[in-house]
Amino acid sequence: MLKHKKYSFEGYLYILPWLLGFLLLQFVPLINSFWYSFTDFQLLGDAKFIGLQNYKKMFVSDPTFLKSLSVTFYYVLIAVPCKIAFALVIALILNQRIRGINFFRTLYYIPSILGGSVAISVLWKYLFMNQGIINNLLSVVGIPGQDWLGNPNLALGTISLVTVWQFGSSMLLFLAGLKQIPECLYEAARIDGAGKMKIFWKITLPGLSPIVLFNLIMQMINAFQEFTPAFVITQGGPLKSTYLYGLMLYDQGFKFFKMGYSSALSWILFAIILFFTSLTFKSSQSWVHYGDTL
Amino acid sequence: MINKKHPISKILSYVFLIVLAYIMTYPLLWMIGAAFKSNDEIFSTLGLFPKNPVFGAFSEGWKGTGQYGFDRFLTNTFLMVLPTVVFTALSSTLVGYGFARFQFPFKKTLFLIMLSTMMLPATVIIIPRYIFFKKLGWLDSYLPFIIPALLGCFPFFNFMMVQFFRGLPLELDESAKLDGCNSFVILKDILLPLCKSAIFSVIVFQFVWTWNDFMNVLIYISSVAKYPVALGLRMTMDISTEFNWNQIMAMSLVSIFPPILLFFTAQKYFVEGIATTGMKN
Repeated sequence: MLKHKKYSFEGYLYILPWLLGFLLLQFVPLINSFWYSFTDFQLLGDAKFIGLQNYKKMFVSDPTFLKSLSVTFYYVLIAVPCKIAFALVIALILNQRIRGINFFRTLYYIPSILGGSVAISVLWKYLFMNQGIINNLLSVVGIPGQDWLGNPNLALGTISLVTVWQFGSSMLLFLAGLKQIPECLYEAARIDGAGKMKIFWKITLPGLSPIVLFNLIMQMINAFQEFTPAFVITQGGPLKSTYLYGLMLYDQGFKFFKMGYSSALSWILFAIILFFTSLTFKSSQSWVHYGDTL
Repeated sequence: MINKKHPISKILSYVFLIVLAYIMTYPLLWMIGAAFKSNDEIFSTLGLFPKNPVFGAFSEGWKGTGQYGFDRFLTNTFLMVLPTVVFTALSSTLVGYGFARFQFPFKKTLFLIMLSTMMLPATVIIIPRYIFFKKLGWLDSYLPFIIPALLGCFPFFNFMMVQFFRGLPLELDESAKLDGCNSFVILKDILLPLCKSAIFSVIVFQFVWTWNDFMNVLIYISSVAKYPVALGLRMTMDISTEFNWNQIMAMSLVSIFPPILLFFTAQKYFVEGIATTGMKN
């Protein structure tokens, strides 16, 4: 498409903002962060090289690190698959000539606009606190109220609900994807006598698989760094049961000002995210289908 | 679309969708109701509608922390969000145009780099950035939000614009060039009017994200006088006695109103924009 265009430096003028931004605000910080992770940098004073001390510390003498890591894994494992599965199911239902589809689509999308805000976290706190409205509702149907935010076994689930509640953005992508699957594939399948389930597994799901991949990767990256709900609703408690990795990074870096240690922690998170995203990409070769349809 | 459904299963679908819609919006409806309930009523009744509506929660809550009210917090938020949004729209349009319409050395490499920064976790660079901004004396100002926007540091939006420009026919550029237009005029007069839906999407996304941003404002903004609404709301919640629920709910409602309003105004373009960008990779 662009082959007959002249090779020139004019394009650089247009991408110049990004080029500067990338170098100054992404690349250099990335290098610095790597360097800080081998130092005892504490915001005031100089950074002294201490080798692998920071990395050693988190595994050997910082029990909150392992706790926070496991909490974060639990959270990602609950929130991401639930959110994507939910988004997929709703998109499939909406895709069958539903009257008022725009109404439902908009309604389901609203939480995605609000989800990350403090207001929603505050609201969640009021809904799920002991005298909150959820327990009131449960008592009407005779179910004993739960200590949703105070019970270490329930708190993380309650926080994950905020995430799942925002399934709308993934759902929109699935809906757009469903429109791209050519009708003729369905017709051919029906002529061949394929049942509904078979059509779903053989046509719909493979057709949507690139979007499943996209959602999976993006949601995973976000979920590993989740911050606001856990910070506002439970402050990481009770008993650190909602002490997500983001909270630990914040505490170490901006509460205790251990910039060196916090940088090391952030590189571990980076490595974990990189590992899981590339694992997902690798595995996707066997389950993502890039037909000529997409 | 697929086949003629039995009416039963269609009815079930509707029932499901309506029940789900109710569950999804229940928290928000409850919040609206709660803002008009007295504090005695908030947790003692189940109804969404207040039995004896009170309107004092808004005027009382508006006073905020006493020293600074929500008028201040909201103004601050706009001072932070509006330039960020404008500069994001501007930079992503330029960068998108550059990548989509020009050939230059290392273009492929640079584009790949930009794509990969989409997956760079923000938390990895947050500390060096903080130190960098501190050295520049930008802490406790909105520059840590505005300057990255000006410098196209939101690769997601750049990518979105690249994809959008790629979808516009090249003949538009060609004929304008024959008429003697330079590349900037082509962008400004010919392509830009066609980019409305994409730019609206950038604006809505960036407005909502910056408006809701909590971690960054928590890190960068330290004086209460400069608090955006996210910090103001949290502070009000922390310092108010626990019985002022209706005020907190009233102010929460106020704080989510602007993003909701913008979303509904721009919805048409916005949904279009998502559909175009989500699909073309």
